[in-house]
Amino acid sequence: MTTTLSSRNRDSGPVDIHEELYGAQLPSWAAKAVIGAGVLIGLALYLLGVNLVLAALVVFVVSLALPAWSVAVEGRRKATDRLVTVLVTSSFVLAMFPLVSILYTVISNGARVLSAEFFTYSMRNVVGEGGGIYHATIGTLLITGGAAVISIPIGLFAAIYLVEYADGNRLSRWIRFLVDVMTGIPSIVAGLFAYALFVLFFGEGVRLGVGGSVALAVLMIPVVVRSTEEMLKLVPNELREASYALGVPKWRTVAKVVLPTALAGIVTGITLAVARVIGETAPLLIIAGMTDSVNFNLFDGRMATLPVFTYSSVRSPGIPPEFSIDRAWGAALTLLVIVMLLNLVARLVSYFFSPKGER
Amino acid sequence: MAKSIDVSDLNIYYGDFLAVEDVTIPIAAKSVTAFIGPSGCGKSTFLRSLNRMHEVIRGARVEGKVLIDGQDLYGSDMDPVNVRRMIGMVFQRPNPFPTMSIYDNVLAGQKLNSKRMKKAESDDIVERSLRSAGLWAEVKDRLDRPGSGLSGGQQQRLCIARAISVEPEVLLMDEPCSALDPISTSVIEDLIHELKTQYTIVIVTHNMQQAARVSDETAFFNLSGVGKPGRLIEVGRTETIFSNPQDPATEAYIQGRFG
Repeated sequence: MTTTLSSRNRDSGPVDIHEELYGAQLPSWAAKAVIGAGVLIGLALYLLGVNLVLAALVVFVVSLALPAWSVAVEGRRKATDRLVTVLVTSSFVLAMFPLVSILYTVISNGARVLSAEFFTYSMRNVVGEGGGIYHATIGTLLITGGAAVISIPIGLFAAIYLVEYADGNRLSRWIRFLVDVMTGIPSIVAGLFAYALFVLFFGEGVRLGVGGSVALAVLMIPVVVRSTEEMLKLVPNELREASYALGVPKWRTVAKVVLPTALAGIVTGITLAVARVIGETAPLLIIAGMTDSVNFNLFDGRMATLPVFTYSSVRSPGIPPEFSIDRAWGAALTLLVIVMLLNLVARLVSYFFSPKGER
Repeated sequence: MAKSIDVSDLNIYYGDFLAVEDVTIPIAAKSVTAFIGPSGCGKSTFLRSLNRMHEVIRGARVEGKVLIDGQDLYGSDMDPVNVRRMIGMVFQRPNPFPTMSIYDNVLAGQKLNSKRMKKAESDDIVERSLRSAGLWAEVKDRLDRPGSGLSGGQQQRLCIARAISVEPEVLLMDEPCSALDPISTSVIEDLIHELKTQYTIVIVTHNMQQAARVSDETAFFNLSGVGKPGRLIEVGRTETIFSNPQDPATEAYIQGRFG
């Protein structure tokens, strides 16, 4: 290897060290210039009346000029790098489109509806203008809270069993398999399950808030089990051994060493699971039903929720329809804000509760 | 307080695999016994069987007798939790609890068992343990800071303080210095010399100089081949083992011809 290198050097005479090290490179502004040009062209086309998708496609095609230019100047390796960079970045932008679009639509349609009245009035005896989502907000918070109360202990203890006590036995493999299957249950099936369950006790046509909690809990449990299990697995075994070596029984080790160490991750997982089920519509439509009045009692009668409220406001808006549809946008925005707040809480929790020190 | 340990005809298994075969060794009270030997010869496995930490691993079991002051550790009515309260352990890698402060780490044995103590009493235990571990001067102003913020050597001494705060009879150390620099190592070796006056200490080490420096007795473990069980080859006064070993394998290992 060394001999071939030195012979080449000798043959070609003195080497231009600068050329050798830096090679042929596109100017540093090349990427910005090409992408900028693409965006300008796309924007111009859009303003001239070409539709948005086509304009975005043009931006993408123009960006491909960058790897083409690169292959001419810099060679294969760097051209491939630039091509992949363009592809990855465009995929990201593409993925952002629906998100930004949803946020924009919901905020622009919903924001103007929000008012003190909107949050503090129910729909009782309201026809046309006015009214609010107080009853639906209460319903959503109560039903989701109920779902959390049911699913957190079950999910948490199941995960503790799987990680700390099961030792990979047959039962644990079955639980894992069933939890994976449960993750894929369509939400309507969870709703029908809850309905069928409550029909056993209360007869046909039953509508109960707590039924909604049960349906949402069925959807939440697998998420809680899985995320908690992953977090418990992350706790180093050395900590368990350190605790055992101090003469601490296993259950205290789990309760006082393993759980606190994994707490941040567990709480984050639970919060995200709540955020995931709070927007479910189908199961609540079946079992919690819809009403225009405030109902604080999970165990008595129908309860309105934000997703179902949104659905029914659009489905049967009444005459004239504008007010009802506006309220639907407002409810959708409220739901979106609640989900964002939950995500924010999850982040804060993982920030404040993670073990300090090394990190 | 310190107690002696008598091991006779001990076989240690991982499932069906015999890891350590037929160990018989007396360990005197208030002395330092070092286990040396090549990797995989079962020193650590044997050490862990002395406070029943071995059986934390699934499928691991033990045959034979381990007597501590005449009591069989593996007796049918012996509670492993009580055994571990009596025989403390320091691990290879420092492992302070990341969710606890330095103060709470030292008191972990008491706190995790929800033992109620007056503030003055727990302050006293913390100071005494940290002083014994030679860490008091370095951390006395930041006892409420997380234990994982300390340096590696300090963390290991914190773990020693944690182990001795429950006042065990015996202290097992599994290569306590292998992750540490020479200065921290020498601090811990000095510490072992001081702790010897109160505790029975058993230490596993890969470092023969360390065994020669700290121990009164040395036991040499070896295995005859890959997949074969580890055996105790020779045990005796450290000076004798290092100057005039009986077994040729011991001599070869000590002179650095293998291992």
